[in-house]
Order: sequence, then C-alpha cells, then structure tokens
Amino acid sequence: MRLTLATLALALSVAPAFAQAVDPARVDAGIKAAFPTAPADWAARLNGDETMRQCSAAHNNPAKDAAEAIRKREQQTIVYPPDNTFIGDWRKGEALAQSGYGLRFTDYPPRQPNGGNCYACHQLTKTELSYGTLGPSLSEYGKLRDYKPEAVKAAYEKIYNSHASFPCSTMPRFGANKVLSIEQIKDAVALLMSPESPVNTGK
Amino acid sequence: MSFRLVLVAALATLAFLPGAFAQDADTEKAIEKYRAMMKEDPWSNPGYLDVDRGEALWRAAAGPKNATLEQCDLGKGPGKVEGAFADLPKYFADADRVMDLETRILWCMEKLQGISTADYVKRPHPAGGQPVKDLGALAAYVASKSAGEKFAAKLDNRQEKDAVALGETLFYRRSGPFDFACATCHSQSGLRIRLQGLPFLAEKKEAAKVVGEWPAYRVSTAQVMTMQHRLYDCYWQMRMPELQLGSAVSVALIAFLAKQAEGGEIAVPGLKR
Repeated sequence: MRLTLATLALALSVAPAFAQAVDPARVDAGIKAAFPTAPADWAARLNGDETMRQCSAAHNNPAKDAAEAIRKREQQTIVYPPDNTFIGDWRKGEALAQSGYGLRFTDYPPRQPNGGNCYACHQLTKTELSYGTLGPSLSEYGKLRDYKPEAVKAAYEKIYNSHASFPCSTMPRFGANKVLSIEQIKDAVALLMSPESPVNTGK
Repeated sequence: MSFRLVLVAALATLAFLPGAFAQDADTEKAIEKYRAMMKEDPWSNPGYLDVDRGEALWRAAAGPKNATLEQCDLGKGPGKVEGAFADLPKYFADADRVMDLETRILWCMEKLQGISTADYVKRPHPAGGQPVKDLGALAAYVASKSAGEKFAAKLDNRQEKDAVALGETLFYRRSGPFDFACATCHSQSGLRIRLQGLPFLAEKKEAAKVVGEWPAYRVSTAQVMTMQHRLYDCYWQMRMPELQLGSAVSVALIAFLAKQAEGGEIAVPGLKR
C-alpha cells in the first residue's frame, strides 16, 4: 500500500490526496480549542511548520519535487559544532539514549536535561534488550561504516535534522527543534561512531 | 482472589522492570498467558470493580438536581443502555454535535443532574494508581453493556462524516517539538516502542482487534483507562498540551477509530499491559 501510494505520487509528481480534504483552517481552529490550557509560549507546538504540513498531507510519502524541497530546506537548519568535531562522550550519549525525559507538560519546570529516547525506536547496544523497532537497528553503526569521517558527519546531520537525509522521516528533528543541544548530539554521535562505544564493541 | 492478586502483582512487576529479563518473546508469552487466564474467568478482570461502581453511579441521584442518569439518552432513547456503546459516536440533535460515549455521559450529567462540566473537564483523568474517576467508571459500565456486540456506528450523516474526516486528518497531522502524529507509531504492523507492541490503527483489520477493548484495565498503572484518557496520554507523549475531554478533536479521533474498527468486537473492560 505504501509503495503503491509512493509510486502513484511519483507518477503524478504531486502530493497524493487522501480521503476527503478537510479545510486546514478548521483543523487548526479545532486544535486550538482542544488544548485550552496550552501556555502562550507553546503556540508553535500546535501547528507544524511548512515541512510538517507537507509531510502530514502526503502521509509521509512526499512526491519527488516536494521531497527535494524539504531536503534542501531542512539541510539549511543544521548548525554544525563551532570546532567542527562531531564526537562527544559515548557514556553521556548512552544516558540520553535511555532517557525519554523532556518537553512533556509534566516535565516543567525542567528537572534534568532532555533525553533523546533513542531506545524507544532503535536497537543500539546489545545489552539493552528493551528497545523499539519503529526505526532501524543501529547496532554496530560505526563499525559497519568503518568509522569514516564522512559517516560521522552524516550521523550528526541525521540526528540534528533527519529530513535533510530522509524527507518526511518520522524521527524528531532533535537539533532543529531544540530538543537536544549541539553537545548532546555530539554525545549521541559518539555512542554510534566511537570504536569504544558498546554499540560497536558489542559489550 | 489471592491467586488473582498474585497474578496482577506479577504482571505489574513485569511491566515495570526494564531490560533485565526482558526477553521480548517471553514477556509477550507471559502476558498472553495472563490474558488467557482472564478469559477463562472473565470476572477476574479488576476493571469490573469500576464497571460495578459505574452502574451504582448511573442509578444514584446526584448533583444540584438530585437526579439519576437513568433517563440519559445514549442514542437509543432515554434509559437504553444495552448496546448503546456499539452505535457511538453519533450525532445528537439535542446537543447539535457528534459525541462519543464519555462526552455524551458528561452532557447527561450536566443536563439531568446539573453538574458543572466545566469543572469536571479540568481534571478528568486519574493519576497513575488512582481509580478511574466517576465519568470513566460510568463509561466502563455503559460500554460493558455492549460487550460481545460489534462496532456498528453508522457515521453516515454530514456531521458524522465530517468528524471521521477530521479524525483521519488529525491522525496524520504532525506537530509539537517532536514532529509526532498518531501515525508516527500506528501506521505499520508489528512494531514496538521499547517492548510495547503498537497497533496498526491505520489498518481496519488491526484496529478492529484493539479499539473495542477500551475502556480497559491497565495493569501497569493499576486503573481503568478510558479512550479519552488514552488519547490524552498519547498527546502527552507527543509533547502536546493537555487534550480537553469532549473537545471536537478528541471526538473526531474517536469517530475515526470507531470507523476503522467497524465490525470489531467490543470486549469491555479490556485488559492491557
């Protein structure tokens, strides 16, 4: 079904249409009314940006042109570490991969740094058996890529903004949406790309 | 009874412990076994305590008008509870809007008993470990009176079709700092978040298997959770603000799920991890 839709979308080179179209203004108004206790500074949370509007409408299978526009737009959001080093501390990376803390309405005022919750969706170290399967396994991620510098940079970019690599990816844009700091993303990169990381040593 | 308590305790422990013994298959098998035992003796589901509480509440005079809910019209006429849940959500002319079960009961509480629903929706859901609130117990009672029936909401007039279409749009609508939509977790089969299996709600066959289990007793939080509470909890994880019970958005999502689950069996109270 997904493939068929994607093929159709490619063939038409427009976003596929689903069910009955609902007036976007009606949806936005409904959302506003459904969350009456939203703090003023949460307004931006209610409505996705242009990329999210495109991905939602296309059920995450954007037409080729739209996908390319998204990729370019999202690539521009990526902020690189000032010293151009991408590998932080894998131990801190493992801690944030375990943590689902942050940005829920029960998480205020903040009591600890936001987590990345990587294990919710990905397999990483062999010893953590409680991992989700919404995303691909990242076991031996660095080892499988020979720890190449360009793979290290690509890992940073995927965590910072996955849509620059995979338009309409279901993964959060951890850097672009300010869920994780640059330092935290470097720690996550270390978990994936350090030869000493248990993701790669298998220990 | 002690045997049941041991089972519940064992499952609760199982649900809380992380990785250590979390051999996926073993965990799933243990839960399956637990569910099978519950089916052998369906009355052992702790959710029935709240079903009974809901029935007592239904018949008890309450509110400024000191009235019961027994004349509440759930869609089949005043006082008709049997099978009413199977036909919801639906458009109610007296309220001029589409309503799901909880929204309709709340409406009856206001109209028949004079209870202030504005106050009620401020904190409609229990904290973890606390029993479901009165509205949820009432919903569990009413829904249990459709157990064994199939979801058969018509959802065919203009307002109902609008609600289903809005629900479907919302299902795919990404927002919040994590860019999540319902579809993020529920648009493929056989996937998990950590060890928790995720139903493929975009597909009718899988939706029909699970939607009819709500309201359900949830072992990990030791309480009955209603569908409105389930959605509120999903939006919490999505890093969205608090979803208002009875809002058009919550009703639209429930209408979409009921449509997806058309023909699926109602098995309330369900039993969840």
